[in-house]
Amino acid sequence: MSLLLVGANHKTAPVEFREKIAFAKDEIPELLSRLVASGPIREAMILSTCNRTEFLAEGEEIHSSLEVIRQILASRANVSTREIDPYLYVLTGLDAVRHVFSVASSMDSMVVGEPQILGQVKEAYKISVQCKTAGCTINRLMHHAFRVSKRVRTETDIGKGAVSVAYAAVEMARHVFDTLRNKTALLVGAGEMIETAGLHLKQKGIAKTYVTNRTFWRAKALAHRLGGEALPFESLGSSLAMADMVITCTGATEPIIKKEQVKAAIKARRNRPIFFIDIAVPRDVHPSVAELQNVFLYDLDDLQKVVDNNKAERMMELEKAGEIVAEEARKFSLWFSSLEAEPTIRQLLEWAEEIRLEELRRTLKRLRRLDEREVEAIDLMTRALIKKLFHRPIVKMKRDGGRDGSASFIALARELFGLDGRESGK
Amino acid sequence: MDLGIAGLVLWKIVIICYAVVSGAIFLYLTREKHSDPHWSRVVVTGGFLAQSVLVAWLWIGTGILPVASFSKALRFFSWALAALYIFVLYRYRVVQLGLVLLPLATIMWALGGPMREAKAFSPFLLSPWLTIHGILSFLGEATLVGAFGASVLYLVQERRIRKRMSPSFLARLPSLEVLDHITYRCMAWGFILLTAGIIAGAIWANEAWGSYWTWQAKETWALATWLFYAGLLHQRVSSGWGGRKGCLLLVVGFCVLLFTFIGAGFMGSGPHRFDRLQG
Repeated sequence: MSLLLVGANHKTAPVEFREKIAFAKDEIPELLSRLVASGPIREAMILSTCNRTEFLAEGEEIHSSLEVIRQILASRANVSTREIDPYLYVLTGLDAVRHVFSVASSMDSMVVGEPQILGQVKEAYKISVQCKTAGCTINRLMHHAFRVSKRVRTETDIGKGAVSVAYAAVEMARHVFDTLRNKTALLVGAGEMIETAGLHLKQKGIAKTYVTNRTFWRAKALAHRLGGEALPFESLGSSLAMADMVITCTGATEPIIKKEQVKAAIKARRNRPIFFIDIAVPRDVHPSVAELQNVFLYDLDDLQKVVDNNKAERMMELEKAGEIVAEEARKFSLWFSSLEAEPTIRQLLEWAEEIRLEELRRTLKRLRRLDEREVEAIDLMTRALIKKLFHRPIVKMKRDGGRDGSASFIALARELFGLDGRESGK
Repeated sequence: MDLGIAGLVLWKIVIICYAVVSGAIFLYLTREKHSDPHWSRVVVTGGFLAQSVLVAWLWIGTGILPVASFSKALRFFSWALAALYIFVLYRYRVVQLGLVLLPLATIMWALGGPMREAKAFSPFLLSPWLTIHGILSFLGEATLVGAFGASVLYLVQERRIRKRMSPSFLARLPSLEVLDHITYRCMAWGFILLTAGIIAGAIWANEAWGSYWTWQAKETWALATWLFYAGLLHQRVSSGWGGRKGCLLLVVGFCVLLFTFIGAGFMGSGPHRFDRLQG
């Protein structure tokens, strides 16, 4: 029995290839049953996101399992199997386990530490369970992976700090405001960046959102989507006084918010602070605005620095996360290899039990005048004998997959005790 | 009545508790990895209880509020600062204010020295107005020191934001909004308490000497302090003088306050002179 993982991700394949082998959610069940029906594969799971497509399979024989998966991918991409090979990674055994753990822990993601991947992995596993292609190994592996992901998230800072400009903008507000629940935001512009920032603000519970834009209907549409209110662009100056937080991202070539306007707004607000975030290039807010008291101004460069810094810090956490994954993968493979030794151990003990019962029967026949307690004592003694005799061989077989260097203790035990000629359970 | 060795041990326990918690807060603020020092809340509360026991013992032992010598005043001020911190801690959960208040409380308590045997005082100190005057003035001044502490944190946080310092540097400072709120609250309550304290003092002076106001050094400086904070509070309420400017002025206010508390205690004559009151 062995574990096989075949896949392509953003590191190994360009998007043109990834999109060819991406599978929609409703395609996967059919694919899974095809895999399992193919023969060598006993258990299967497919993870398909925009950055990766991965096949996880457990089967008798790696090469034929790999062949089945390569065929499926090649026919999907409409090329020969030889052509898809450069984009694929093929992992087996411990490497496959480690990879599954890393993916679930978001260490292999494009943006390291992003939280969506775990949900996607869980979804893929759910489909596999529903299609009954997840057996003992995949069940155990995936549940272990979810635990590892949780451990990585709590024990490292892999998911800490904003890694998008829009989110960093909202995060920065934390230093100025205690809560956004009683704050008003003014969004200047109606582009994608503004919308993302607006959604983040909404998520953080901002009390009121105003949107203003040179093209009024676009402001209105965005305000509608964000559950806010649109304001005419002409009254931008007076709108400023209402806002605790102003986020701007317009295509204007000259600054549209000037020092005098902000000075008047601050005065009207009786010095309550305004936090400006200017993510436009060229800038929308004149830099001199930052000189005013109780006004804080961050531009795109400032936020980009924060984002880069956070990304770098997440990368530093990768090493720590890698150690956790390696440790957990070892734990898993220990269980996995003991699984390999399991049938042999069972056969061995069955064989010993047969001998014990036979000898016990013969002995008791000769010693007729024994009372019940004495019979029980002899029975217990023989059991203990077997248990003690086989303890060390069994431990040895369970550990390291029963391997010491190139020698396989499992194979050795089968040879020594002549187990291969026997059928289990007879 | 003598607390003897127990008094000395309690006195030391207070110093150790406050010093340890000050350190823990410093680490919490500067090291990103340090978790919220939950245990520090227990330690600082324990220290405060020990301090309260000692202050209460000295008070009950003499029947007079223990503020009438420089060392007693220092100790009582330390107690008032700790009381304020405990209040802020449980009311607003702003652990960080301890960074300013607790070291001050520790130093004042240590300088005040261990409690010695309580001695009797001249009878004119027995008036209940002295007690009211003392408690209100000290709590008022401690609360104004709290406003100073929050201002200092505000100025640091403001600078952090303006200079775009690394987000991980002092990441645990409270937001400007919270600091500004605490500054204002402390300033307003400190001012109210101080005002009431001065009035109580005037009533006491009238009882003792038949005159409400005698322009002693302490009185004069207290009036100056009062006027300073009155002006600050007025500006804050009428034209929103918060933010950096307000905080800088509160730092100035703290200096005036400190001089009134210590400097004026050794100037001129009258019952506020620490060195004349001893024994």
